[in-house]
Amino acid sequence: MIIPTVPPACYLVLGAILFTIGVIGVLTRRNAIVVFMCIELMLNAVNVSFITLSRFLNSPHGVMFVFFVMAVAAAEAAVGLAIFVQLYRTRETINVDEINLMKW
Amino acid sequence: MLDYVWLVPLFPAVGFIINGLIGKRIDRRLVGWIGCSAIGLSFFFSILLFFELIQLPPASRHHEFEIFEWVVSGDFRTVIGYQVDPLSILMALVVSGVSFFIHIYSIGYMHGDPGYPRYFTYLNLFVFMMLNLVLANNFLLMFVGWEGVGLCSYLLIGFWFEKDSASNAGKKAFVVNRVGDFGFLLGIFLIFTSLGTLDFTEVFHKAPSLGVTLATTIAILLFIGAAGKSAQLPLYVWLPDAMEGPTPVSSLIHAATMVTAGVYMIARCNVLYSMAPIALTVVAVIGVATAIYAASIGLTQNDIKRVLAYSTISQLGYMFLGVGVGAYGAGMFHLMTHAFFKGLLFLGAGSVMHAMSGELDMRKMGGLRSKIPITFWTFVPATLAITGVPFFSGFFSKDEILWQAYSSSHGHFLLWAVGVIAAGMTSFYMFRLLFMTFFGQCRAPEEVKKHIHESPKVMTIPLGVLSVLSIIGGYVGIPHIFGGGFNKIGEFLAPVVGGHGEVAKGHAVFSLEKVAHAAEGGGATATAHGLQSASMEVILMAISVIVALIGFLIAYVFYIKRPNLPGIVAEKAKILYTVLINKYFVDEIYEFCFVDSLKAVGIALWKGFDDLVIDGAVNGVGQLTVGSSRVLRRIQTGFVQSYAFFMIIGGVIVVGYYVIRAILLR
Repeated sequence: MIIPTVPPACYLVLGAILFTIGVIGVLTRRNAIVVFMCIELMLNAVNVSFITLSRFLNSPHGVMFVFFVMAVAAAEAAVGLAIFVQLYRTRETINVDEINLMKW
Repeated sequence: MLDYVWLVPLFPAVGFIINGLIGKRIDRRLVGWIGCSAIGLSFFFSILLFFELIQLPPASRHHEFEIFEWVVSGDFRTVIGYQVDPLSILMALVVSGVSFFIHIYSIGYMHGDPGYPRYFTYLNLFVFMMLNLVLANNFLLMFVGWEGVGLCSYLLIGFWFEKDSASNAGKKAFVVNRVGDFGFLLGIFLIFTSLGTLDFTEVFHKAPSLGVTLATTIAILLFIGAAGKSAQLPLYVWLPDAMEGPTPVSSLIHAATMVTAGVYMIARCNVLYSMAPIALTVVAVIGVATAIYAASIGLTQNDIKRVLAYSTISQLGYMFLGVGVGAYGAGMFHLMTHAFFKGLLFLGAGSVMHAMSGELDMRKMGGLRSKIPITFWTFVPATLAITGVPFFSGFFSKDEILWQAYSSSHGHFLLWAVGVIAAGMTSFYMFRLLFMTFFGQCRAPEEVKKHIHESPKVMTIPLGVLSVLSIIGGYVGIPHIFGGGFNKIGEFLAPVVGGHGEVAKGHAVFSLEKVAHAAEGGGATATAHGLQSASMEVILMAISVIVALIGFLIAYVFYIKRPNLPGIVAEKAKILYTVLINKYFVDEIYEFCFVDSLKAVGIALWKGFDDLVIDGAVNGVGQLTVGSSRVLRRIQTGFVQSYAFFMIIGGVIVVGYYVIRAILLR
């Protein structure tokens, strides 16, 4: 069975598409959980690009970065979800457009 | 022994420190004791030094004692050092002696004043500074004393600072003195830049190397300082107002000692002045102008202390006339006798005020002769002395000055004539004061009348001592025509003031020498001239006595015989009277010319520069920050998504830039 070779550009385009979806999600969605998931999507889009380039450049650095990103993302998820829980307890909402305390 | 000169200013300094630090907490009698004994010790040591000094031969009567190096910077070297020579010891004696009696008097006069410790603190500080001024061996230390007495004068004029007029008078004295001090300081600078030293001995030793122009400039700058401190035209305006201070202060500072500092300074710098005939003429003319000007104002004043203040200005004018014609010894002689009789006159006026419950207006006095006899009988010799009645102290010193004004090589007939007219005025206003205060009917209100009483002994004893000095003080300088060799003071001062000022040999001889020079050895003619000159001196003396007598007679007719006459005369010469009683409107003119315009400049700078430019710049920076942040903070909406949006825009721009660049560069 021949595994057809997929050109690297396809992986990079996939990463770009995923990243753009993530960005649009971050900018447009109101539910904080969804925004958060979109951020995860962006991170993973970057991971795809890292792996691709690591593979094609024959360099282990990209792979190592991916592990870092995943570890940070996991930690970030824990902190982020904790913030949302607290936010919900005080403001009774997790809609980001109703949360505007971060200003003068 | 002469090395102990530093003890003289030390005691007042100690008194100042003790009274200044703990004066409020210790017994009042102790405060007075400390104040007086400090000055007493100082006086005692001055006397010791004096006797030490006169045992030396005249030529070697000069001793300097350096305590420590004060300022050393490059070529500039100044020490804290005192010098003892006839001139400084004479001043030290007069200052510490007169201060001593005035301190004792003050115990009685200031009795019951809440500021009693403060008063003695300031007074001791004053004496310390004054002794520094007269004993200093260099210009800088002299200047320290000069400023120090100015400070004490300010503090003591404004002693009753809760009174507006007193604090204003203090400020006026300080500001007017600044004008003079400015000139004095410039003179000192000029001396340093041209001679490289401020030490008296060195300066006067090197002085001949100065050009006449430079010497004249220095001399005139120094004289500006003297005119400020010694209340000469046109800087005299502060002295009449200085009468707001306690009367013993007027007596000590504004009659006997501080105001004579200018005369002392010129006598000290006689080498410089003798090199600069123009400067001498300026001094003499200003002096005689001040003498007649102030005397004419004194004719009409009704405030007892103000009459005496104008009289002081006038007498200071005489002293400047004396030093201005090169007769430094005569000027110093008058300074000494004036310290006695004018100090006494002020103390007498203080005693009168004490009796009259603080009344100053002579129109409300009268008939006090029998009520306060001691004050009266001490007041009389002082009056006789100042008016130049023969054989009282003022007669000798004033006639010495007038004679020198006429006969000295720097003198002129006009200087003498104006001086004699001023002497006549002096006689009139002093007898007017005497008659209005002590003779006739008592014009005081009934309440005041009941309280009239003689002053306590602590006040009358100093009066007695000073009245004795006023009578005999002149006998140290008896003119030649009454028998040669008795002009002790001229002889004593000759080593310092020397030169043309040498009056020791008697006036006739002095003129004789001058004529002998011209005659080139024509001995017989010279003697004849000498005799002529002696008879001239007698004639001039007689004229000035007659003028004084006329002044007395007019005062007698005006205020004893026909008391309604002054009013009629005032009515007849209305314009003149108005001008005189308003002191030639000089205060108003100064107010208009200098005070108002300076105020206007100050206000313009305050409103225009300070408020607009300085404050504007500071507030402007603040407002710019506030205003710009007010606009910029609108970007901070608080919505996380908008922040993320801007971040992404930024990211897109950065990436887009590189992409486009890459495309273009390909």
